[in-house]
Order: sequence, then C-alpha cells, then structure tokens
Amino acid sequence: MACIEISYIEISYANRAGHAGPLSYEPFGGNMSFQVMMQQLASGLLRSIEIFALTLLFSLPLGLLVAFGRMSRNRILRSVVWVFISILRGTPLMLQLLAVYFGPFYLFKMKLGPMWRFTAIIIAFSVNYAAYFSEIYRSGIESMSPGQYEAARILGYSKMSTFFRIIFPQVVKRILPSVTNEVITLVKDTSLAFSLAYAEMFTIAKQIAAKETSFAPFIAAAVFYYVFNAIVAFSMERIEKSLDYYT
Amino acid sequence: MALLEMNHIRKSFDALEVIKDISLKVEEGEVLSIIGPSGSGKSTLLRCATMLETIDSGEILYLGRKAAWVEPDGKVGCPKGEKLREICSCFGLVFQNFNLFPHYSVLKNIIDPMVHNQKRPKAQAIDEAMVLLKKMGLEDKADAYPCQLSGGQCQRVAIARALALNPKILFFDEPTSALDPELTGEVLKVIRALAELQIAMVIVTHEMNFAREISDHVIFLDKGVIAVEGTAQEVFETQNDRMRAFLGKLEH
Repeated sequence: MACIEISYIEISYANRAGHAGPLSYEPFGGNMSFQVMMQQLASGLLRSIEIFALTLLFSLPLGLLVAFGRMSRNRILRSVVWVFISILRGTPLMLQLLAVYFGPFYLFKMKLGPMWRFTAIIIAFSVNYAAYFSEIYRSGIESMSPGQYEAARILGYSKMSTFFRIIFPQVVKRILPSVTNEVITLVKDTSLAFSLAYAEMFTIAKQIAAKETSFAPFIAAAVFYYVFNAIVAFSMERIEKSLDYYT
Repeated sequence: MALLEMNHIRKSFDALEVIKDISLKVEEGEVLSIIGPSGSGKSTLLRCATMLETIDSGEILYLGRKAAWVEPDGKVGCPKGEKLREICSCFGLVFQNFNLFPHYSVLKNIIDPMVHNQKRPKAQAIDEAMVLLKKMGLEDKADAYPCQLSGGQCQRVAIARALALNPKILFFDEPTSALDPELTGEVLKVIRALAELQIAMVIVTHEMNFAREISDHVIFLDKGVIAVEGTAQEVFETQNDRMRAFLGKLEH
C-alpha cells in the first residue's frame, strides 16, 4: 500500500516538475490532434530507446562477469551468484524497479535527486537483464568442447587470449538466437518503466488515453513497438548471417 | 641430453590407475611410436607429457629442464610463468579430432599463434605458413575455413599449425583415428615426410604397418605398463604373448 501511495505522490511530483510531459501539457483539452499525439509518443519512444540502449550497454558485459562468477571454482562466490540470479529471475522486474527506486529511501533515509528516477530504471533493467544474459553466456561457454581450450593451451595462448580470441567469438555465434529473444523482450519491457512514472512511450500512451478517453494512443504505441522490434530483429538476423561463414 | 625424459610416471583417475610407473626417453630426431589396445593408457601418457594432465608422481624433463616433479611434501610441482612457456614451446601436439579453430581461416589458424603468442612479424609468419601449406599440399586452401575441408585436410592444417611454432618434438594423438583409409593415407604421407626431416615425434597410433615402418623405437603399452619395447623389428617380432595376441587380433 505504501508503495502505491508513494508512487502516486511521485507521479504528481513528476508532473509538476515536467518529467512526464503530457499531463502538464493541455493545449487542446479533450481534442488532441493526431499529430500532437504522435509527437508526444515519439518523444516517449526516444526515451524507451534510451532505456533499451543503455540497458544493453551495461547488461551485456555485466552478464559475462556474472557468468564467470556462476562458473567460478570458488564455492562461496558461485553460491552467492546463484542466489543473485535466482532472485532476479524469480521476481517481477516491476517489483525490482520499485525496490531500486525506493530502496535507498526506505533503507537508508537517503534523499536522491531528480536524476535518480532514470538512474534507478537503468540500474534495475541492467542488473535484471545481466542475470538472464549470464545464463545464456554460461550455456554457450559450457557447450564449447574442451579440445578448443587444450589446443589453445598447447599453441601458447594465455588464459585471457584463449577466452577472448578462441572461445568467446564462437560462443557469440552459438548464443545469438537466445540473445535476440532477450533483446526483443527488452524492447517491450521498457514499458515497465511506467511503474516509476518515467515518461517513456507506454507511460505517455497511458496518459493520453486516460485524458482523451481514447484507445488510439495504445494502438499507435503498439505500432511503434512493433516497428522498433522489427528493426531489432532484422539487425540481429544480419549479425547472425555475418557469422554464417563457419560452423 | 635427451629431448624428453619421463621417469616413473604414475597417473590415476579416481581409483583407476591408468599409468603405472612408466619411464621413457626421446632423443633428438627420434621417432617413437606408442601402440597398444584401447584403455592401455597411450593417450593419457601423451597428455601427461604435454601437460594437459597433471601426473600423480614421477618426473618429466624437456632438454634436462624439469617440466613436472614431486615436491618433498609429495605434491607434484610444475614451472610457472615464463619458464612454463619456455618448456611448452619445446613441443607441439596434433589431436585425434584436429581441434582447429573453426572461426579462423586456414591461414589464420596457422599464423595467429605465431604472431599473437610468439610475437613474430605478421608478413614473415604468412610467408612461413604458405611454405608449410605448400608442403602439406594445401596452398590453395589458405583462405578456406575448417568446415570447408575434409578430415584429412583438417589434420594436415593442424600439423602445419603445430610445425609453424618450430617445436623440437611433435606429439600425435591417434592422428588418423577419425579418418577413413583414403584420408588416413594422405596424413600418414605427411608424417612420413616429417620423419625424414629429422623432427622428433611421438606417435600414438593404431596403424601397425605405419608404426613399424616409420619408428626408431616402439613401445607396446598394456594395462598401464610397458609390456614390450625396442626397435620396430624387435617389438613386432617379439615372442611376448600379449603383443602376439594383440597383433593377431588385428590381422583377423
């Protein structure tokens, strides 16, 4: 209950500060033009793309680190990472967003600045996706034949170069289809940022829909998400094809 | 001084003792074949020599320098860092299933360790690699990828890749066991040519005629011990029952 109250306060605060644009913007009352609606959705889309890009940027390398922890020979580290992954995969991302956003305040009475909303979103998304990516990395790394490591060792590759020159490029090829799945899910998951009233596309669509009592913004948002994903899927396919030169 | 010396090597996997007190020596330019039934410990012995497996006890020396030894507390020690690199650069290994790097072209498979690990200039590495490929009859395959080659061609690339690092001794772990008779022939031809170049080789093989013809020294392993050893003639004409039985089964 407390959470809901707080998030309600946050939303109204956000509106006053102009974070969630549309609610404080009322040029046409109940008769918003198509063009204005599209403009607002497009500005939301840019923010969704921002979340998407930054999440990938941080979660892909972080996932590799987590995978190393999960496969570590150190039992304590391995168990800690196992618990970490199991919590992040076992609870809703929306809850994790709320936990990261409100956690510092409830736990440490910290007051964080206006940038915290966006930072919290990126942290929650990156950590959550890192957990998923780590398991994908692990499956790829463990599918490599020991012979590749042995050949590299005999040929004088250090452990680092064995991984980054020999193993990892082959792992990338193997895990690409699973990564594509996650990346497509991420495009749609960016809409969960609405739970922190961050003005990404879905939040804006909801606000316009509520104000205009119209379903049109949702349909427009769906088209935007679909096109976004079509581009993502197409790009991933291109990357997959570019690695087709060997088996 | 012997190129490779293995003294009183023992190796167990859990309760199973695979190698029981084996000693052997390889001199420069010598060809040693290790033969014997499956499960006799041939491959394990080779993997111990190339340090892919850690021995349980005994001692391994390359050119008199210790590569593995028993510490006073009973644990097995091996050199670290630069010393380990130096010893490992003494030998090369050709695997039964090639273990080429599938994402690298044939040429890159050969030159990448030369350039990246031995820090040789790239242009020179390419020249040397092309000479080796020509020797292997694969000069037109430099830009191909391993998946485009036959097993025999892959194995010849693997041999070229090992030779490119100028090892003093080359180990072969059943180099033809994954190949059909025709492909086996082309790989054996290459190994024969190497023997003439006076490169020391240790070959684990099931090709008896080949072993007999090419080897200076043959070891017949059975249940983790050397049952017979000597020149090719001595071993293949031995009266040892186990060896006779093994050869007899091959003929049928």
